Amino acid sequence: MLDLRELQTHFFTPAGVVKAVDGVSLTVNRGEIVGLVGESGSGKSITGFSIIGLVDPPGRNVGGQILFNGEDLLGAPERRLRQLRGNRIAMIFQDPMMTLNPVLSIRTHMVETVLAHEKVGRAEALRRSVEALEMVGIPDAARRIESYPHEFSGGMRQRVAIAIALLHRPDLIIADEPTTALDVTIQAQILAQVQKLCRELGMGLIWISHDLGVVAGLADRVAVMYAGKIVEQGPVDEVLDHPRHPYTQGLVNSAPLANERGKPLRQIRGAAPPPLQRPQGCAFRTRCDHATDRCLQEPPESEGVHRWRCFHPRNMEGRA
Amino acid sequence: MTAFIIRRLLQAVMVLLVTSVIVFVGVYAIGDPLEILLPADATPAERAQVTRTLGLDQPLPVQYFGFLMRALQGDLGTSFVYNQPAVQVILQRLPATLELAFCALLLALMIGIPLGLLAGLRPGTRTEETVMTGSILGFSLPNFWQGMMLIMIFAVMLGWLPSTGRGRTGTVLGIETSLATMDGIRHLILPALNLALAKIALVIRLTRTGVQETMPLDFIKFARARGLSGRRIVSVHVMKNIMIPIITVLGIEFGSLIAFAVVTETIFAWPGIGKLIIDSINILDRPVVVAYILVIVAMFITINLIVDILYSVLDPRIRGKR
Repeated sequence: MLDLRELQTHFFTPAGVVKAVDGVSLTVNRGEIVGLVGESGSGKSITGFSIIGLVDPPGRNVGGQILFNGEDLLGAPERRLRQLRGNRIAMIFQDPMMTLNPVLSIRTHMVETVLAHEKVGRAEALRRSVEALEMVGIPDAARRIESYPHEFSGGMRQRVAIAIALLHRPDLIIADEPTTALDVTIQAQILAQVQKLCRELGMGLIWISHDLGVVAGLADRVAVMYAGKIVEQGPVDEVLDHPRHPYTQGLVNSAPLANERGKPLRQIRGAAPPPLQRPQGCAFRTRCDHATDRCLQEPPESEGVHRWRCFHPRNMEGRA
Repeated sequence: MTAFIIRRLLQAVMVLLVTSVIVFVGVYAIGDPLEILLPADATPAERAQVTRTLGLDQPLPVQYFGFLMRALQGDLGTSFVYNQPAVQVILQRLPATLELAFCALLLALMIGIPLGLLAGLRPGTRTEETVMTGSILGFSLPNFWQGMMLIMIFAVMLGWLPSTGRGRTGTVLGIETSLATMDGIRHLILPALNLALAKIALVIRLTRTGVQETMPLDFIKFARARGLSGRRIVSVHVMKNIMIPIITVLGIEFGSLIAFAVVTETIFAWPGIGKLIIDSINILDRPVVVAYILVIVAMFITINLIVDILYSVLDPRIRGKR
């Protein structure tokens, strides 16, 4: 359904061109949950915004294709993109405290979203909104819809945002770290709910996160981003149990586990390179224990379901 | 809400009481009205007689207490000059000033908000530069000079509009107003525009800043991600947020529009209270000065109360906290 091919989004800043997304290829099928993992600045959020054409200047899509149900969205006019946004492709943002307009009621938010894409009466729009709120587990939805954002907790607001995303039964939802700002119990509830809704409604979901643990429990496939590129992708168990790229391996190893209590946590040495000073060739080589002169060349992506971009893939069972 | 309004009204009474003391003492200090009221060749007997009639022979606290007692019955004294109740003198002139200030406020909103939006939504463009340069001129050129230029251009050179006076007035809902006749409206345009110019500049800047602060926020991006049109995002999502600071500032400014319409009223010979207060200060017409200041303070208090009520209409987060 969604097929990103060599997507490139660059930011033209006075200091130079930042290649935030630098050749990302990724597919998402109906009913499939894809986790897009990476640290801050890896380009995962920009990838999400690029798909719905919401990259603000000085950012620009400079290359590749975004095939959505066969239609290339990259050259599509703004009018067409607006028809799709919130309708066929919905988005959920990171901070539920910030995504709803504080001076408008939940009802205003929801009704206007319905009316933006369908010619129905206000009563019908309201009925559908209440139905969507019930679907995400908001009790007493018909009354609560009159509330304002500040009258809801963070978890409830994120449920509202999800309900808004579901209003038009989209083909694809892009969720940008939607549970990062929530506490763990709420996070678990929302994850379960989202997973269930995706399966029931046959929606594709891109779950952008820096939390491997969350993605492990939720996604069917995972793609790991580093410095604007997907360095490894494949079925979630495959990638997390047998990571081939040293960066993925580092991520997996740096997650704290209960049975390793007391031992120092393993971290990836160094820090991600500033976006304007990425190393030539493999961007990870300056932090990699296995880098050689060959890594000065750009590693190509391997073939198959489980793919990686590395000249020296690790062959390991679980944790190193 | 009711409790809130009652509390505010009690505060208002306190403020009026304190103001009356300050003003009364202040006016008492600035000079002797007899010097101006009496002819230079007045006899001591005439002098003593006038002093008694005006109650100026009493000590200050006694004068103030007497004033307060009468004020509680709605009598703020009789003008030395017009020989009419001071309140009545002011209220006769007030509608002309209110009308002028109200039209200026309306112009400020009607011209300032669209220009501010234009500048705020196109940052870094020629449009923004032009609008902002214009607003700097509106701010920094002296008001009286702007007034004279308006007269020069529109009244003298082009001859489109009259330059002085209020023109013919008519009555709407029992209020005498220039807005009822074409002639009145023609007379109102220039002074209202003159009074509005600085406020237009202010509204432009407030709107532009508001837009530029609101546009990068997540809820705007989320609104776009929901597929809303640009028009709806600006007119509902942005506007409702930036109206809060605009209302605050204009609430304060409306008071000052009335209180300081003096310059405009003088230039355009507009028969309002601004001109009255200048004249009254010059001839030390104490009751009018005191009554004027109390009326203005009361008006400020009322406007602030209205602004506070408007807040809770605009911002749901304030509702219920009172």
